[in-house]
Amino acid sequence: MGAPPPVLSVRNAKKRFGPVQALRGVSMDAHRGEVLALLGDNGAGKSTLVKCISGVYALDEGEIALEGELTPLHSPASARRAGIETVYQDLALFDNLTPAQNFYCGREIAAPTWLPRGLRFLKKRAMDREAAAVIDRLKVRLPKFDAPVALMSGGQRQAIAVARATVFARKVVILDEPTAALGPRESGKVLDLIKQLRAQGNAVILITHNMEHVVELADRAVVLRHGRKVGELKPDKSNRQELVSMIVGADA
Amino acid sequence: MEERSAVALQARKGERGMGGSVISLILHILSAGPALILLMLIGVVSITTPVFLKPANIGNILAQTSVIAIVALGQHLVILTRGIDLSVGANLALATVIGGLLFKVTDSSAVIIAAMLVASLAVGFVNGAVYVFGRLPHPFIITLATLSICRGIAYSIAENHTTMRGMPDFVVAIGGGDTFGVPNPFIVAMVCAGVMLVMAKAMVWGRWIYAVGGAPDAAIEMGIPVKWVLVSTYAIAGLCCGIGAVVLAGRTESSSPLFGNLLELDTIAAVIIGGASFLGGRGHVGHALVGAVMIGVIRNALNLNNFDAFIQMIAIGLVIVVAVEADVLRNYLESRARAIQATAT
Repeated sequence: MGAPPPVLSVRNAKKRFGPVQALRGVSMDAHRGEVLALLGDNGAGKSTLVKCISGVYALDEGEIALEGELTPLHSPASARRAGIETVYQDLALFDNLTPAQNFYCGREIAAPTWLPRGLRFLKKRAMDREAAAVIDRLKVRLPKFDAPVALMSGGQRQAIAVARATVFARKVVILDEPTAALGPRESGKVLDLIKQLRAQGNAVILITHNMEHVVELADRAVVLRHGRKVGELKPDKSNRQELVSMIVGADA
Repeated sequence: MEERSAVALQARKGERGMGGSVISLILHILSAGPALILLMLIGVVSITTPVFLKPANIGNILAQTSVIAIVALGQHLVILTRGIDLSVGANLALATVIGGLLFKVTDSSAVIIAAMLVASLAVGFVNGAVYVFGRLPHPFIITLATLSICRGIAYSIAENHTTMRGMPDFVVAIGGGDTFGVPNPFIVAMVCAGVMLVMAKAMVWGRWIYAVGGAPDAAIEMGIPVKWVLVSTYAIAGLCCGIGAVVLAGRTESSSPLFGNLLELDTIAAVIIGGASFLGGRGHVGHALVGAVMIGVIRNALNLNNFDAFIQMIAIGLVIVVAVEADVLRNYLESRARAIQATAT
């Protein structure tokens, strides 16, 4: 049979918002166990592409396949069910809930299963235990495990959002600018989490403007410009300049 | 595995700095504040006004507070989702009038109670459905509209457009009787509170209410059926008006389009005074109950000391200001705590 199909495969993705053609036929693959950096200037189409993959927008044309199978992604919830986890820039955390409650919010462990989802009874201890184990395994340091997320710092909140993705990620994890609002030390912790996600066998799609992180972490980089894919290479220190040129559109 | 994480959590506890622990102490006091203030209030009133602690008076307070408490339980759910329900008083009045009209043709308590509950549930459902599916930016307007509509219907269908006498025996017993010396309205309120506590804290639906109130956008992203959570919340708030209507109609042995006047303000005040956040996402059943009792105690104490009803309004208004400011202070302290966290780790 040869190599397994890519866990995520986007073919000829097109998306238009009124007069703006945000995606003009982008194709790309992502494989298990790799960090794929998605690069591009503002307005290049990164966010649109990512939102199509995570079920926020529907593609006008083109298709998305997971492990070789065409998968319709109607909503964020259906993308999550299909195994695609997204950590948005706004983190989508519930400030009034604890880390454990945040982990399982919308996907609660509850019984009995013959009742409609909303009428089931929460298995709080099971959720607390699982969440504590994940927090422990990822070596995320939190001031208090039973305090609402509102009381936690930016880095801790980012770590909770990424850790939540690790609980449910089965195929693809998308991280939109995960270190943009963080200091160097907190960024380092988030980068460690990304490495763990990769080690778990996920395809990690990383949107970032930080070229150092790209060189340090990414196994492959895809560059978008004006809604088209303009380049793809394996980033290292030697071709960093070339990568930047592709992003801004200058001749290398 | 479990033991190890417990140890790790234990180890993390000692790591907060001085500033952090002072702030978290104040936050704890704030969260217990309303209950403490209520206890202090009861203490002061008992000393200054000896009649206050007489069983007859306590029974009176409990019976009078029950209607506010039951409706406030529904209001607290709505406020948890960042909403507001202005129609509760009119909804309650309409339900009593429907009960009163039915009493002309039947004396079946079951039919009358069922009709009152169904009517109020329907009004609540309309509130939620128009808010959600009519894509309104805020529930203020639709509940204001149903306030007007329900009050108008209640007046127009009530006999002679005013209060009607009479309720079946069982309804009268619910509103006016007692069981082993405990007023029945109080028992009804406690049962409602118990059921709501289970729904809000033990069921997935309750967790979704908090999620929708805490971060509506995130709730959608996480696949929570936000629209139905909201519709069911308003429907249950409506149902609480119906239960309150049964209690009030029973206690007064009458029904009236005049009932529940300004009940929306009393219930919103109760929820906020009790310590729930007006910004949504924070609060529990206890807040609604503590707030309702506090309003009852303030009114009762001022009554016993022969203060005007106007003074009661001023007093409750002042308490609301204090409660809202406490909420603001809590949010400020939390952001301070967050800043301290960021520098500590």
